[in-house]
Amino acid sequence: MTGTSEHIRRRRPRENWFGRFQVAALVLLTLIAIIGKFYLPRLIPSTVWLELPLLLTVYFGLKRPSPILALLFGAFVGLAEDSLAPENLPIGMYGITKTLVGYFAATVSVKFNVENSGIRLVLCFFFFIFHAFFYWLMRRALLGQVVPLDPQEILIHGAFNAAVALPLFMILDRMKLPGELTA
Amino acid sequence: MEALLSRYRNLTVLLVVVVGQLLYLAYQVKTARDERLIRVWAVSAVTPMAGVVEAIRHNTIGFLQDYFILLDVRDQNRKLKADNDKLRMENVYFRNQLSTAEHARALTLFQAQSPSKTVAARVIGNSTVASAKAVFIDRGYTSGIEKGMAVVTPDGIVGKVVAVYPLVAQVLLVTDATFKVGVESQKGHVHGVLNCGNGPCTVEQIQEEEKVTPGEWFFTSGEDRIFPKGFPVGTVISVQPGQGMKEVKLNLSGAPGGVEEVLVVLQGVHQPIPVGAVVEDASKALPPPPTELGSDGKQPKMTQTEADKVVQKYEQIGKDQNHVYGALASGLPNFNAKPAANPPTPAAQVTSPPAPAPVKAAPVLPLGAPRPKPEERKTTPPQ
Repeated sequence: MTGTSEHIRRRRPRENWFGRFQVAALVLLTLIAIIGKFYLPRLIPSTVWLELPLLLTVYFGLKRPSPILALLFGAFVGLAEDSLAPENLPIGMYGITKTLVGYFAATVSVKFNVENSGIRLVLCFFFFIFHAFFYWLMRRALLGQVVPLDPQEILIHGAFNAAVALPLFMILDRMKLPGELTA
Repeated sequence: MEALLSRYRNLTVLLVVVVGQLLYLAYQVKTARDERLIRVWAVSAVTPMAGVVEAIRHNTIGFLQDYFILLDVRDQNRKLKADNDKLRMENVYFRNQLSTAEHARALTLFQAQSPSKTVAARVIGNSTVASAKAVFIDRGYTSGIEKGMAVVTPDGIVGKVVAVYPLVAQVLLVTDATFKVGVESQKGHVHGVLNCGNGPCTVEQIQEEEKVTPGEWFFTSGEDRIFPKGFPVGTVISVQPGQGMKEVKLNLSGAPGGVEEVLVVLQGVHQPIPVGAVVEDASKALPPPPTELGSDGKQPKMTQTEADKVVQKYEQIGKDQNHVYGALASGLPNFNAKPAANPPTPAAQVTSPPAPAPVKAAPVLPLGAPRPKPEERKTTPPQ
């Protein structure tokens, strides 16, 4: 079976209105995730650990078998986040990190059954730690900024984000985005 | 080659995207140039929505409280809070002025300078980078905000403006790891650098010899060219000896992370560091005792060290024996003789200082000429 026929087999007919505006939906979801990260800590200060843009990137990476689409989406989300960062953090820091997250998530989704909640939990936890550590490393290595890294805090925040990811992914699953891998 | 690229297409695209972003990053760092256009687009896309959400939340809660719970108390409270903040700012200024030793000088300073011109702003959102402590405020360059302006509250410093957009501005908080503030202690005027990057805030660059005590206040020194001098920063929690430098931990008075309303300093005015009274010190203490003045109204010259005492004794001996130190014709005084009277009190010393006798110019003698005897010297007329 060729790659093209495989791709056609995987693609489902566009069932709802959401599929027709796929790009707009992605942009809207990204905007909501970024506003959530931007505004939510003002509303509820204890949610500063919540990484909605990262969870969105992981979700699309896991649901789409195409690493290229996933990494491009990760780059888009990351660059949008970078644009709202302080000017001492140049644009591209989150972009690179989330590009890698998107690519790895899509690569992993081919090898595992990502519909399983346990696997989703573990992957979200792993990707959060990777994301935090890689960002810290880039800030230190590329920009020479010495910022503290608290492993305990990262582990706790990673667990919280993984716990949030499960219900969030279920909600996103119900949207039935087109082009996703169906079992 | 084509087959290779096709086979590793995913990896190739990944490399291209990552390297592209790396090059873009390097370009920004190398040229120290910020991509303002992209940021303007992003901020313009996000902040209106955040503003709408904030307005809905604020108005909904406000409406419920105004009309069902507290009627107009909320509105009055907001006005009173704004007035209170303004008065507290003025109070800090006046306290600083009046706590200087010379009231006349304070009045002159007050006439010459006006308090810092500020504009109030509300915090509407955080930065997207959790490790970077930054917030957005609802004032932009249409309100006169400029990059680099200080942001404060009546309680203390908050941060500085790092980016300005039409209707919003981004403020980097003092608690950010990359933010440094020049500070000065209240008592010893010890200068240091505030750094809140590694956990609790610390004041760095303080030598071991410098004296800093727990509870002491630190104020902005104005050396960072961001904050005007004299704004309260915080109190010392602990002082510990470090490796070459003191480890001074500070408790910020402004609580920059949790503020909702701030003041942006449009025109900063440097103020002197308060000398005596501690800001917000609720404990009642007696005023300091009046300083004893000499009869001429001047501050007495206090004897400080052993060397000062010896000099004082020798001056007295010289005075008793009519000896003028440094004069050739003055002879040699008897240093073993006790001074005729007790050493003068500091006050008396100021009122009657040992006026040095006019020193006669010693005759210039040619080399090898016989030197006159002391008696002859006294009678030798000045040339």
